Amino acid sequence: MDCGGWNDPRNGYPMKKILRLSVNGKPREDAVAENALLIDYLRDTLGLTGTKQGCDGGECGACTVLVDSQPRLACSTLAHSLAGRKVETIESLSHEGNLSRLQRAFHEHLGTQCGFCTPGMIMAAEALLRTNPHPDRTAIRAALAGNLCRCTGYVKIIESVEAAAQEQSV
Amino acid sequence: MAALPDFQLLHPATASDAIRMRALHPGSRYLAGGTDLLPNMRRGLVATEVVIDLGGVDELTDLHEESSALYIGAGVTLAVIAANRTVQDRLPALAQAASGVAGPTHRVSATLGGNLCLETRCRFYNQSESWREANAFCLKLGSDTCRVATKSPRCYAAFSGDIAPALMVLDAKVEVLGPLGTRVLPISDFYRDDGITWLAMTPDELLVAVRVPLKTGWASAYEKVRVRGAMDFPLAGVAVALRRENNTIADLRIALTGVSSRPEFVNGLDALAGHPLDDTALAIITRRIKLGIKAMETTLIEVPFRRRITPVLAKRMVERLWEMVSTSLS
Ligand SMILES: Cc1cc2nc3c(=O)[nH]c(=O)nc-3n(C[C@H](O)[C@H](O)[C@H](O)COP(=O)(O)OP(=O)(O)OC[C@H]3O[C@@H](n4cnc5c(N)ncnc54)[C@H](O)[C@@H]3O)c2cc1C
Ligand code: SF4
Ligand code: FES
Ligand code: FES
Repeated sequence: MDCGGWNDPRNGYPMKKILRLSVNGKPREDAVAENALLIDYLRDTLGLTGTKQGCDGGECGACTVLVDSQPRLACSTLAHSLAGRKVETIESLSHEGNLSRLQRAFHEHLGTQCGFCTPGMIMAAEALLRTNPHPDRTAIRAALAGNLCRCTGYVKIIESVEAAAQEQSV
Repeated sequence: MAALPDFQLLHPATASDAIRMRALHPGSRYLAGGTDLLPNMRRGLVATEVVIDLGGVDELTDLHEESSALYIGAGVTLAVIAANRTVQDRLPALAQAASGVAGPTHRVSATLGGNLCLETRCRFYNQSESWREANAFCLKLGSDTCRVATKSPRCYAAFSGDIAPALMVLDAKVEVLGPLGTRVLPISDFYRDDGITWLAMTPDELLVAVRVPLKTGWASAYEKVRVRGAMDFPLAGVAVALRRENNTIADLRIALTGVSSRPEFVNGLDALAGHPLDDTALAIITRRIKLGIKAMETTLIEVPFRRRITPVLAKRMVERLWEMVSTSLS
């Protein structure tokens, strides 16, 4: 049980501890403050600024990343809660300059305007397509219900996900 | 938004480790899915030097069927509960409540325990530090006045969890672990009518699991009214469980959320046993529900709406379940 004296709060903190996990397919070992949020670890420590902070906590979905292929709000997760887990951010989707099918679909079907919600939308949609490669509109809307967009009115976003799913099935 | 305050993070491997850590650090907080606690900490609503992360306590994620009950560990996520076949088939009120909590991404990490222990909510409380400071804070934050009821000695912040009322009508029991061992109590006894201390759990205790009886002959449902349909806390939430015998009510249980500092079980409905579901019965249901509503101006939507919509919602649900049972009987 890890509540011994060496990391007693009275001895001075925030205490940095070694965090081991996988980010975008690469194993990492970083000294991370115990109170660090996943979003700050990704953006500030790793420089992965594709993940966005859109609200003051838990409301907008802009910070959605994947943890073991499931969607997760990086702004409402402690980095140290994810020791040993597999984190994927928007940066992991393109390969050698080639966009993923979802990224391409959002680009071609105008699923993105200002772009601030887009990384979160695409990661939430990516999680959906991994478990349900042929979602209907209702399933797409349900999977994106927690992701807010102030620009598009959602219609183009849903069409983009549909287009990506169709491309995947051919 | 502010960064988190400094704290030490502990990782117990078992429930008994967790309560030992808690005994060593009485001011600590348990972290489950974090979808309520972490935003609250960032808003400066919760100050603690030690956070105990329950994520590594495997025994809390146990979910299994017993001879006549479903055992659901406090760490089971709402996504898992909503997708469980037994829950969908035999405990529809629970399935509907679980799938109506927050958004789909929240539900992947949000847990049963976190939902049952959800912090009570108020429009003067769930605000940024600077906003609250400009309003000179309130009782729930250590000041001496409630902004909702200025002469009140108590806080009326509303309990707004969706799962508790469903578990109340399904007659669930909660299992709590403390230094002296395990205690089991009906879920209604788990709550207190106070916006500041809304849980009847002592600080050295941990919510371990819920047991929901798997009864036959019951129909149940949960519905809520909210501002944003896609994702929002309930302005009012209603759970109903009904057992019908031919043309009479055999049992009717109703519980509410969002309209009081605790989930409210509606008392006095046992008087309807043996009666048909006619206008008199519906009038009694409405009256009984109104007695259970203690809504105050804790939301931006005003109280008369919440008071009126709650019995209307309940009435519609009871009528729907009544018809459903009759078709399944025939
Ligand atoms: C945008 C948004 C919308 C939301 N909408 C809803 C909604 O519609 N309905 C709703 O009910 N909730 C809603 N929530 C609140 C929250 O997401 C859920 O209630 C969720 O189920 C909380 O669970 P958690 O595991 O994330 O809890 P946490 O945040 O980890 O914990 C919540 C509280 O419970 C305590 N706790 C957790 N587990 C235990 C345990 N085993 N024993 C003792 N104490 C424990 C924690 O210390 C903390 O005080 C919403 C949140 C957000 C951000
Ligand atoms: S009900 Fe009153 S004391 Fe409680 S949070 Fe609201 S304003 Fe504060
Ligand atoms: S930044 Fe808005 S939900 Fe995480
Ligand atoms: S494209 Fe601007 S918020 Fe969605």
